[in-house]
Amino acid sequence: MTRPTQDRTNRFAFKIATVNGTGSASANTLLRQAIFRMGIPVSGKNLFPSNIQGLPTWYEIRVNADGHVARTPRFDLMVAMNPASYARDIAEVVSGGWVLYDSTRPLDRSLLRDDVTFLGIPFAALCAEKFAGVRERILMKNIMYVGALTALLGVELDVVRALLSETYGRKQALLDSNYTAIDVGYEHARAHLACPLPIRLERMDALADHILVDGNTAAALGCLFAGATVAAWYPITPSTSMIEAFSSFAAKYRKDPASGKRRVAILQAEDELAAAGMVLGATWNGARAFTATSGPGISLMSEFIGLAYYAEIPGVFFDVQRVGPSTGMPTRTQQGDLLSIVYASHGDTKHIALVPADPHECFTHAVAAFDLAERFQTPVFVVSDLDIGMNDWVVPRLRWDDTYRPDRGKVLDAAALERVEKFSRYLDSDGDGIPYRTLPGQSAKGAFFTRGSGHDRFGRYTEDPPAYADVMERLARKIENAAAHVPASEHIPAAAPATVGLIAIGSSRRAVIEAQARLAELGIHADFLRPCGFPFAPDVAGFIAAHDITFVVDQNRDAQLHHLLIMEAGAPREKLHSITHFGGYPLPADAVVDGVLAAVQAAAPVEPRRRIVEVHS
Amino acid sequence: MTYIAKPRVHHPSLPKNALGLTRRDYEGSMSTLCAGCGHDSVTAAIIEAFWRLEIPPHRVAKLSGIGCSAKTPTYFLGGAHGFNAVHGRMPAIASGAAAANRELTYIGVSGDGDSLSIGLGQLCHAIRRNVDMLYVLENNGVYGLTKGQFSASAEIGSKTKRGEANRQAPIDPVLLAISLGATFVARSFSGDKAQLVPLLEAGIAHKGFALIDVISPCVTFNDHEGSTRSYQATRERDVEIVSADFVPPAEEITSSYTMGDVAHVTMHDGSMLRFRRVADGYDPTDRDAAWAYIQARQAAGEVPTGLLFVDTSVPDMHDLLETVEAPLNVLPFEELCPGAAVLDSIQARWV
Ligand SMILES: Cc1ncc(C[n+]2csc(CCOP(=O)(O)OP(=O)(O)O)c2C)c(N)n1
Ligand code: SF4
Repeated sequence: MTRPTQDRTNRFAFKIATVNGTGSASANTLLRQAIFRMGIPVSGKNLFPSNIQGLPTWYEIRVNADGHVARTPRFDLMVAMNPASYARDIAEVVSGGWVLYDSTRPLDRSLLRDDVTFLGIPFAALCAEKFAGVRERILMKNIMYVGALTALLGVELDVVRALLSETYGRKQALLDSNYTAIDVGYEHARAHLACPLPIRLERMDALADHILVDGNTAAALGCLFAGATVAAWYPITPSTSMIEAFSSFAAKYRKDPASGKRRVAILQAEDELAAAGMVLGATWNGARAFTATSGPGISLMSEFIGLAYYAEIPGVFFDVQRVGPSTGMPTRTQQGDLLSIVYASHGDTKHIALVPADPHECFTHAVAAFDLAERFQTPVFVVSDLDIGMNDWVVPRLRWDDTYRPDRGKVLDAAALERVEKFSRYLDSDGDGIPYRTLPGQSAKGAFFTRGSGHDRFGRYTEDPPAYADVMERLARKIENAAAHVPASEHIPAAAPATVGLIAIGSSRRAVIEAQARLAELGIHADFLRPCGFPFAPDVAGFIAAHDITFVVDQNRDAQLHHLLIMEAGAPREKLHSITHFGGYPLPADAVVDGVLAAVQAAAPVEPRRRIVEVHS
Repeated sequence: MTYIAKPRVHHPSLPKNALGLTRRDYEGSMSTLCAGCGHDSVTAAIIEAFWRLEIPPHRVAKLSGIGCSAKTPTYFLGGAHGFNAVHGRMPAIASGAAAANRELTYIGVSGDGDSLSIGLGQLCHAIRRNVDMLYVLENNGVYGLTKGQFSASAEIGSKTKRGEANRQAPIDPVLLAISLGATFVARSFSGDKAQLVPLLEAGIAHKGFALIDVISPCVTFNDHEGSTRSYQATRERDVEIVSADFVPPAEEITSSYTMGDVAHVTMHDGSMLRFRRVADGYDPTDRDAAWAYIQARQAAGEVPTGLLFVDTSVPDMHDLLETVEAPLNVLPFEELCPGAAVLDSIQARWV
């Protein structure tokens, strides 16, 4: 490919290669935050190894004035700070791009490429000159490359300095070191390199009323605001930070001012089986409770999930998906748990699942999940993933309506029980498939035995086929009815009438929107539908019916969403075409564009109107 | 198994407790266990203990896992909510339930398979969390409900009905609990109601996790010659070390000094545990000594029973979590949701 000719201002991607555990994370955060403050749509993806210290780690930043900030595998600039990964890092730069490296030692000649520009700054030497301690030299090298990038990319220096002073506040010595490192990197770049590069930043005003937050923090906040009082969990990447966030919010906002005691119980369980049981014990007893886990935890929780479904106990389960099967790749992302979640546990089960697309929806879906769990008396899953959960996303500011009150569902308290002649736990007295429940401790009249063994509509043990089937059929109806109550699907119509459809869920959203725009440029107009929950809302089947062909995008090998649409939305198999992406990195728009083009060309080998000349981010 | 409701006819002459309730009010539905099963005797003792303690049935939550033993909560306290969890996982349900509402009385019933094999981890961690509950382990040395396989409490040499001898060392719940830091550990025998009832009462009054290991013979699969958990074998080997007497708060005894060979432990609710040392020098408040003594007696082939260890000074789960006094499940939403203004202030850090 040739050097891009179009204007690259606010339209490029770069990648920073460092060593895990050397403090580069805060430098990268600083950089991304500064770009965000300049009002430019930006994303940062942390591609880290399952390791505490010493292995290569990467941070990818993409800016795009049109808001297309899904991951792209093409980098215009590589900040190569880790000699161990030089070879692969340098190879990843697009032709015509740049490599910024530490020139304290010369690069091995074999690494050089003549189609990219090498920008050397002697970071290690400069650090040795400016800083005394070994640890400080390591840390400040990171801040120094931020200084250099500030000059090379045209980041506003004032913004960077302001962020540092907000971070370090009164820790003057630390602040001074950081200022020095920034300045040294900045000045050196300005003095020795052609600053700024053609890939450069310019202040925009695209992000008024936006925030930068990760999905786990936002989901934790949702639990706090929804009134959850019991959290039970077992540590697992990438969900751990959600509980950590919940704990720190709770420490502040759930303290009884008079006694200093907490209005929350956070139970670190011995494993995920126990965590699931604790959630059910707590919700059975009338508290709002949740757990956060990832795929391996969901596998362990399955037995309890089936109990909750059958005995009709609410519970909110966050699954921050990572790459499976088994331990898989714990620090990589995937949408691989979809099928195992919606049908979790043995026997006939089916579960309500909400699939947020970004941290903003992690917050809103978390709140919705508690309401749905109590309304439908069943486990509800919030199916997030590592990309959403652990990366900071630019999303619209979170809103809260102070008139919101939780939907506690159909619960009969002692007074209400007085008015009924006889309480029967599983009776569908309203015809909506949802029976009434009672809470322990209220009145002997409401007492019943919660059991996962066969029971009839009165809650009595049974082994009688019709009595068993009666309850099972009602359960099926109950979950079906939930389709109308899951968060509404998002429709993003094509600019022109379209016969092609695109369906994707969760974190695939941004890549699909970008693909939709790029396909339109090629003359392929496609409507995009994003279901937000399961069971599928009725518009999902309608969308498939209304299009000649619908491409279903899955971030897993087995096209789980595709199959779920066939099984649960009645989609005719021949009208769907599957596109999968599952290597562990977030979905790029390329995967969708390529998938659609391949299918379109196979079906009707006509030239698309325009060829892709340059598909730089 | 079918559900058999017991006719609730009240005989005027039945004694009533202070709530005006008779023992019948503490019963559940009719047992469907084998005639003579030890578990039914434990059920009767539980009914007696709750009646004596004058706890309104609806203020109790009764929980269990899966097994013959786990069925028994259906047979007592019909006015209490019950929860049959999954096999071995009742402690998790109990922990979550207790977290949500600290005001109810929690009783869990488990078997030795439920507690010592599939659920061993959960038992250990419930002990560590010191969940405020009574945990009754109905110990028959076999898996009753799956028809007689050895459980992890079967002793070396114990024989199945078909004559095979167990060759693996047993897990002893009492020694295990004491070594894990349990705060109340007792052992009894389903056939000894006089000993079991006050122990159950004391276990309920104890603030924290109270484990009572009840040797409860399985007449169908483990009551034959060669079994070490049969009625016969247990009667022969049962040696009472400490005889406990439970004194409810109303009859409070002011002195907590040792009177002769009788010692008193004041429970959190003001009730008193009066225990008489049957064995010379046995001190159920000395963890190391208790462990060593029980270990030695068991090595000698005895089954020491009674109140084996108690410590009322250890914080329970809620103390450890520093939760508010009010049950979490009744806190008004206004106290839980920080509101829009706080949401804005939190987000000020994210711009
Ligand atoms: C996950 C799971 N595995 C196995 C079983 C089968 N099962 C039911 S009860 C039981 C053993 C019960 O033994 P114990 O706890 O000693 O109780 P008992 O019946 O002797 O009172 C087993 C293995 C089950 N219900 N669930
Ligand atoms: S099988 Fe054994 S444990 Fe089960 S009910 Fe019969 S006697 Fe009791």
